[in-house]
Amino acid sequence: MIGDYTFGEFTSILAMQGFAGLSLFSVFVLMALGLAIIFGQMGVINMAHGEFMILGAYVTYLCSHLATEYVPVLFPVYFFAAMTLAFCASFGLGVLVEWGLIRHLYRRPLDTLLATWGLSLILQQVYRSVFGAREVGVTLPDWMMGSVALTDMIEIPINGLFVMGLTVLIAFAVYLMMARSTFGKQVRAVLQNRVMAGAVGIDTKRVDRMTFGLGCGIAGIAGSAFTMIGSTGPTAGQLYIVDTFLVVVFGGAGSLIGTIASAFTISQAQSAMEFFMSGSMAKVLTLLTVVGILMLRPQGLFTLNIRR
Amino acid sequence: MKDEPSKRLMPVTRRTLLAGIAAMPFLTTGVAPVMAADYPTAAVNATGLAVTDDTVKVGILHSVTGTMAISETGSVQAEKLAIEQINAMGGVLGRKIEFIQEDGASDWPTFAEKAKKLLVQDKTAAVFGCWTSASRKAVLPVFEQYNGMLYYPTFYEGLEESPNVIYTGQEATQQILAGIDWVVKEKGAKSFYLLGSDYIWPRTSNKIARKHIEKLGLEVVGEEYYPLGHTQFNSVINKIKLKKPDVIYAIVVGGSNVAFYKQLKAAGIDLSKEKPLLLTISVTEDEILGIGGENMAGAYAMMKYFQSLENDNNKQFVAEFKKMWGDNIVIGDVTQAAYLGPWLWKAAVEKAGSFDIDKVKAASPGIELTTAPEGYVKIHENHHLWSKARVGHAQLDGQYKVVYETTDLMEPNPFPEGYQ
Repeated sequence: MIGDYTFGEFTSILAMQGFAGLSLFSVFVLMALGLAIIFGQMGVINMAHGEFMILGAYVTYLCSHLATEYVPVLFPVYFFAAMTLAFCASFGLGVLVEWGLIRHLYRRPLDTLLATWGLSLILQQVYRSVFGAREVGVTLPDWMMGSVALTDMIEIPINGLFVMGLTVLIAFAVYLMMARSTFGKQVRAVLQNRVMAGAVGIDTKRVDRMTFGLGCGIAGIAGSAFTMIGSTGPTAGQLYIVDTFLVVVFGGAGSLIGTIASAFTISQAQSAMEFFMSGSMAKVLTLLTVVGILMLRPQGLFTLNIRR
Repeated sequence: MKDEPSKRLMPVTRRTLLAGIAAMPFLTTGVAPVMAADYPTAAVNATGLAVTDDTVKVGILHSVTGTMAISETGSVQAEKLAIEQINAMGGVLGRKIEFIQEDGASDWPTFAEKAKKLLVQDKTAAVFGCWTSASRKAVLPVFEQYNGMLYYPTFYEGLEESPNVIYTGQEATQQILAGIDWVVKEKGAKSFYLLGSDYIWPRTSNKIARKHIEKLGLEVVGEEYYPLGHTQFNSVINKIKLKKPDVIYAIVVGGSNVAFYKQLKAAGIDLSKEKPLLLTISVTEDEILGIGGENMAGAYAMMKYFQSLENDNNKQFVAEFKKMWGDNIVIGDVTQAAYLGPWLWKAAVEKAGSFDIDKVKAASPGIELTTAPEGYVKIHENHHLWSKARVGHAQLDGQYKVVYETTDLMEPNPFPEGYQ
């Protein structure tokens, strides 16, 4: 493989493959963060995660539409407003779902699995009825498309850079919130000992609701960002859900660091293998490796040591 | 409140108007209206189909829910338009067509079950439906066992020929060969990179393409498949950059399509520079809606029909389609092929002078349609259509400009020798 190319070509491909891996890594982290928060902190398996992402994508679509129709001046920056609104919409829906559905099922993990799966089917059909079965196109401002040419061979996609920056920002914000803020302390307290947390005056129900909403809100932002690299349609959420679960489970449920480490491992392995073999084979090998490692280490890469 | 009744009347008037306009071009072709009385029900329906003195029932079987609804919606719309137009000009053998629509729900066993319902319970005289090969394969035994008639609209991989199916889309050789010849001759292409989603249609189509490319003495520098729903194409784009092929030959489908073209553009491959040139058989005007015209502009597609075709049949068809389904709608290759179904069935029934399946089957080969939006088509002995192959050049507005069409009709050849 290497023999066919000059040294210059080889190094630039190495650089671009490295970037491809990093960009896949940030996509994985972005989509898995929301799920990891909900799964890790509350033990709820949210099968409708993908549909919350697509809600964000549709909000972005609406914003791009409104921006072009009414305020073309703001079109170049509408995306930031769209992401904020996407967060709000998914957060709102998440809180509503927690109140109407999830809180009745807290002690029945298998039932939440079924209920959220049903929810995902309902949401898909709602999107289909509201926005039509066809995929919609989200128009992006020009500055977000295209690439930065570093050399003749090395070209870095701008949307890749954007997703990367966003991921770092959100991961950092989540870290701050969980580790430094009062809300984060409350979340961790509830996770460690629900009864005691209630006894010292923490409103555990409110904490649950906010945590679920937060996880869904982050999914909304992810969905919004993914309009740059993927499709927006009623069932597009299904494209992400398997990879998302893979990352969360492999990383060890409940550990944000684990999620990030696992996203890094899977994305680098996958993008490297995709380069050397066909896409389908790369996927098979990635899944086999993950299954193999999980057989040796069922708890995932990282686990929290907490007293149960 | 005073405005209420007039508002409610609006759609009715629009529809009547539409029916009137729809009937015009076909009435002027010189065929005298057929009266039901000339064809007594007992004579035209010897096998107990749902045919009365003034109606005939047919089925529409597509997915309107589930993943495939994206693609199948257009076909349903086209079939309904054709049925409405046929009814407006007097129906088939003087009988109005009534359709029963069933939802295959993107689930293959459901397709089989609903097909059985349409044939056994509803006794439909014909069914217009299915989209994916998987759904067609699922209903095929049902149509053969209960002797039904299926009009299947999608371009597909070939390797099939059933007396109970009329294939109104292209089989693989009709879609691929002429396009490759064109790109070699006109664009001087020497090397190809084949890329596809991982299932039967892209794999079979690429096999045919590879054989043809190698026959021409040219080179395939890469061939790759990605799982359905794959959303990350950066690695393969890097590989393409390394191999520097003249042509990327892509058969990516579904949601992956959008990801592929967006990432291609983001990686700095400007399709309009044609370095490399992109040739696809899986992106119609329908898919461009999701991909975005700005991401697709400059690519070439091989189809038999494009919405922009400049002929009177097509202008009429596009205008009526938009009148019925809204101005923003686009019409892709398969939508047009679905539109042909009811018309071909009508012609066969009239030629046979009967709705009976066996007579319609026997009458089908040789049926011609001069009013097809794609131009003239004719049913071959093997139940596929003779039709032209065309190459379209994607424009910024999401439409294709036709840059090439074969002078003759391409013969359908579902079992191409030397290509398997």
